Amino acid sequence: MTNLIFLIPAALFLGGMSLIGFLWALRSGQYEDLDGASQRILMDDEKEEEAARAAKMR
Amino acid sequence: MTCCAPGADMALQAAGALPSDDEVVLSSRALGNGLHQVELAVPGVHCAACIQTIEKSLGKLPDVVSARVNLSTKRVSVQWVGEKLPPIVQTLVSVGYVPNLFSTEALASDKALSELIRAVAVSGFAAANIMLLSVSVWSGAEGSTRDLFHWISALIAIPALMFAGRIYYRSAWSALRQGRMNMDVPIAIGISMAYAMSLYETITHGHYAYFDASVTLLFFLLIGRTLDHVMRDRARSAVIGLARLQPQGAVVEEKNGRREYRPVSEIVEGSRLLVAVGERVPVDSIVESGQSDIDASIANGESAPQPVAPGKELHAGVLNLTGPLVLRALRPASSSFLAEMTRLMEVAEGGKARYRRIAERVSTLYAPVVHLTAILTFVGWIFATGDWHRSITVAIAVLIITCPCALGLAVPIVQVVAARRLFEGGVMMKDGSALERMVGVDTVVFDKTGTLTLGTPRLVNGREISPSKMAIASELATHSRHPVSKAIMAEGIGMGERFDEVHEVPGCGVKGLLGKDEWALGRAQWAAPKSLDANGTVLAKNGSEVARFVFDDRLRPDAKSVVAELAGRGVSVSMLSGDQEAQCDAVAARLGIDDYAAELLPADKVLRVQALAEEGRNVLMVGDGLNDAPALAAAKVSMAPATAADIGRNAADFVFLGDSLDAVPLAMEVAKGADRLIKENIGLAILYNALAVPIAILGYVTPLIAAIAMSASSLLVIGNALRLMRRKRRHKVAEVVAPLREALT
Repeated sequence: MTNLIFLIPAALFLGGMSLIGFLWALRSGQYEDLDGASQRILMDDEKEEEAARAAKMR
Repeated sequence: MTCCAPGADMALQAAGALPSDDEVVLSSRALGNGLHQVELAVPGVHCAACIQTIEKSLGKLPDVVSARVNLSTKRVSVQWVGEKLPPIVQTLVSVGYVPNLFSTEALASDKALSELIRAVAVSGFAAANIMLLSVSVWSGAEGSTRDLFHWISALIAIPALMFAGRIYYRSAWSALRQGRMNMDVPIAIGISMAYAMSLYETITHGHYAYFDASVTLLFFLLIGRTLDHVMRDRARSAVIGLARLQPQGAVVEEKNGRREYRPVSEIVEGSRLLVAVGERVPVDSIVESGQSDIDASIANGESAPQPVAPGKELHAGVLNLTGPLVLRALRPASSSFLAEMTRLMEVAEGGKARYRRIAERVSTLYAPVVHLTAILTFVGWIFATGDWHRSITVAIAVLIITCPCALGLAVPIVQVVAARRLFEGGVMMKDGSALERMVGVDTVVFDKTGTLTLGTPRLVNGREISPSKMAIASELATHSRHPVSKAIMAEGIGMGERFDEVHEVPGCGVKGLLGKDEWALGRAQWAAPKSLDANGTVLAKNGSEVARFVFDDRLRPDAKSVVAELAGRGVSVSMLSGDQEAQCDAVAARLGIDDYAAELLPADKVLRVQALAEEGRNVLMVGDGLNDAPALAAAKVSMAPATAADIGRNAADFVFLGDSLDAVPLAMEVAKGADRLIKENIGLAILYNALAVPIAILGYVTPLIAAIAMSASSLLVIGNALRLMRRKRRHKVAEVVAPLREALT
């Protein structure tokens, strides 16, 4: 019985955190463009590329 | 340029002119601090390279603060500072993406979707946690431990029911208030009763609590509802993203000579309007000065462009082809041709409004039967045992077990799967009920111009004209935007002979000097006055005819095979057109349509469709023009191509994106398959009830049995619906074969 007093709140807390996390992600617009997100990962980050090139030149 | 260099989508765009800067400004909104934002649809984006190209090129513009592409909705949202609009449209076109404006009222539906997703998340969280606690109870938690678990479940269930359940409570309440019954009424009653009884059981240290059942039920139902919503949203946003054919405004010349761009709603009778080449006439008006040709195909179905001169009346929506026009508005937008069509549409709306959805019909029977069974069970148990508590428990168990979980999922899931299949075939379904109405269609009515044909002329006798003359004609044709010129250009190969002093005479044709000879391409009457036949298009050298061009309207690819296929299925096909008899006769003969009517007014089309409906036929109307919109509304179910007038697109239940008319038999086939599955699913749900209800009435249902029965029936229904996806492979093959066939013919 005493384990339950710790375990149940702990389980609910963890579950609740993930729910809050999901709602936050939803609110911050992360689900608005799922197709775009999967494509954007393929795009090169220009600034880093330039920095890398600049580093090579030196 | 990239893997997806625009091209496929360009064909779609050709019909609509680019949004002008004034229109973009009109549809932008101020964000404060001098910041403005506008959203444009860019149907051409496909991949990461597209996103990058657009964002980079727009980001380079000096005043643009941010540009962000949404690939899912195929839109780009641009923010800029200052009053002056940066050249957004021009930039997009220069990198190869044709933007369209869309109406902002469509964005409201996004709110409903995010409410649904939040509800799914909350109910999912609650269902999972309560289910875990329930499993402990089922596996033997006793005494105070069980009570503790029940109490925790009750606490978790309350916010879930309030937050996620309110969607159902709201819908059930509004149905009841109007004296109707819908599927949400038994759902709302079921979950509330289950909760109330479980709470009582918990307080009195009872054995059985149904918190898990009531929350899981909610979770499953919300999933079905959300999927349905997502599907419809996707179809709707794809349709919204299409080029808009109705102008949002026009350049108005004030009395003091100042020119200003005004929204259509501010144009009054007597306003002087300037309509440039390539623009559409915003309101019914009369030509004051200027010469041009107009394309009225979208307005009244006439395929051949007509010359216009001062004094000619123009309907709203016609396209100005060759010369700038000054018009005087005859009527404000609210009583223009377009508004008249809207009114006709409202009057015509019959078949659709009267149709009641299968789910609705089932629920009007279902809910009373279920509630009556529960009451009878209660009365029966009271008589048999006299035990109030026991009787109420059993009656509520009946309510829970019959809660239409499978039934609530049965219809939307099938429609979601069907909509997905149609979507892949390039057909957008705007409403689930359209699929039901499509079943049993036995008469297909086609419009001619723009539906059976592409609405663009095609040169018929190009091979009979000598290549040298063709070369001259096509060289001259490059100087005109007239559709006939474009048809000549498409057939002829320019020889690179340069003309001097080429100029276009609006409403007549193109004239140019080659050496000492004056060549003219255009109306016979103007180019070669001595010619015997004053009608038609000719090429003339120094005023005498040297070649005559014959055009006809280009048929949609597959139009003929689709008509034959429909006839083969026993569907009667007819054609209603606003065009002239001769044109209709030619098209009807080529397609093998026996039943056609020409020179119809919009109201005539409605009457014809209604007459067919009165004969007891189920009419599918396929049309694109402004003049078809009322008939689209009058038919039981309707389809429109993506190139249709906005009002027609909004009136139609289905919008197909490709050129091919194959979409019509595809939609009919999917509708038939979906109908069978819906009926099967409802049958399964009834079978489930037939098995489960006696068990419930006899009082043998425990929370464990309820949970298993409900989940099993839901999974069965979903699994059955997914069978519709399996037949897709055959269509994939057809997709590969179709272009090959086209290339060969």
